[in-house]
Amino acid sequence: MIEISGLCKYYKEVKAVDHLDMTVQEGEIFGLLGPNGAGKTTTMRILTTLARPTAGKVYINGREVSRRERRIKNEIGVVSQTENLDVEMTARENMELHGRLFKIPVQERREQIEKLLAFVDLTERADTAVGRFSGGMKRRLMIARALLHSPRLILMDEPTVGLDPQVRRRIWDLIRSLNSERITVLLTTHYIEEAELLCHRVGIMNKGKLIALGTPDELKKKVGKFVVEVPNHNETEYHVCEERGEALRYASAMQKDIVIRESNLEDVFIELTGRKVGD
Amino acid sequence: MITDTYTVFWREMVLLRKKFKSFFAGSMVSPLLYLLSFGWGLGRNIQFGTTSYLDFVVPGIIALSAMNASYNATGASLNVSRLYYKTLEEFLAAPISVCSLVLGNIFSGCFRGLFSSVIIIIFSYLFGAHLHLNIWFFVSLLLTCFLFAALGLVAAMVVNSHEDMSRFATFVILPMTFLCGTFFRVEKYPPLVAALVQALPLTHSAVSLRAIALNTGFPLVSLLVLAAYAAVLFALGLWVTYRVE
Repeated sequence: MIEISGLCKYYKEVKAVDHLDMTVQEGEIFGLLGPNGAGKTTTMRILTTLARPTAGKVYINGREVSRRERRIKNEIGVVSQTENLDVEMTARENMELHGRLFKIPVQERREQIEKLLAFVDLTERADTAVGRFSGGMKRRLMIARALLHSPRLILMDEPTVGLDPQVRRRIWDLIRSLNSERITVLLTTHYIEEAELLCHRVGIMNKGKLIALGTPDELKKKVGKFVVEVPNHNETEYHVCEERGEALRYASAMQKDIVIRESNLEDVFIELTGRKVGD
Repeated sequence: MITDTYTVFWREMVLLRKKFKSFFAGSMVSPLLYLLSFGWGLGRNIQFGTTSYLDFVVPGIIALSAMNASYNATGASLNVSRLYYKTLEEFLAAPISVCSLVLGNIFSGCFRGLFSSVIIIIFSYLFGAHLHLNIWFFVSLLLTCFLFAALGLVAAMVVNSHEDMSRFATFVILPMTFLCGTFFRVEKYPPLVAALVQALPLTHSAVSLRAIALNTGFPLVSLLVLAAYAAVLFALGLWVTYRVE
């Protein structure tokens, strides 16, 4: 569905994306995980033609992505990180604008708008100016808008950033229900949980490079299944163990209060880079 | 392509309708001030040969109001939409051509420019001015609106902060307001300054609108200059919009 090869984007001195190679398969939820500044958003902006690559190629459904290639734009839905809705227009007018931009015939446009506003639970607020919406409502409207032209691929840049935990779960449910209709989803996130619970495959990015790629289970297997956390003054030391017995033996040798837990993608990131995703 | 251009224009009109009252009131303030101060205050007893100063200055005021309204319509709103609200992204990610995006915005700028101009024309009649209006008057006006809307678009796409946007207006738009033969004849300048001012587009807007309104001959050269400016700025608008990130 998406093929990225040798992709680079340099801004003066900064290498925002540095020789990125990856593919996204049809029908999956693929997550790009990494700290802020890892190059996730830049990658998304190139995919949506908002930025041009310095080098390398990006293909969506076999066609090279460029601002002039309008057919690709018809096949993808974009939910960007910034709330790029017209705040002075109502939810329905925002949808209407999108429908016109994608040249959906009037009758179909009206039906789809009502259906999608209901899908994201905004029917009652359809005629309210978007400026008065909460963050979660705006995000839901952006998802509805991205779906209006029935794309087979949705690109979401940090779809739950800055949202309450329960709103985040609601967005996850929306993404899962899209995916159950065979819509491919590529999303970026810096939330470990989001990558682990929502994504079929995860690519970990750091400093513009892809440093690991696989299913959450495969990635976690690389570091070991269990982690013993040992407090040491103000810091926590992490000790990774292959199996439960080893973890218990290690833990029982410790005099301090310790925590034994299953490993997560944060541990994978620390193992690979020596720092936390949130740092 | 016509559909896409209309869609971009449609969105601007939806927004305009929502703040029509403030837009309408806002479009009246500066023309009224110019008419009061220059038409009545300064020019009450001045005669310009056989014409009154009021008749002389009204085409100039129309030219500069058309410039301001069209330039601000695209300049301010596109710059805010590109840098702050990010709504430009929605258009760039949509399957419409860059040309439609540029034209839709320029036409919405023209609409506002023409709207302001019509308001002044109505007011100037109330103030007692005598204008000779024909199709060429509106052609000059439309070219003026088009070129300054295109200039606003270029500035909005290139300038990377709101502060620099107002600085650009201070250095480019404000000097033209006073220098370009809006309030007096360009021929009054020393030759070198006159030549410089002749290169600026607003000079030709004022000259051609005035020549038609006072019925003093057909301003062919000025119309051609305006058309050339419009074409060049439109092409530049296409180029910067294609390259904007």
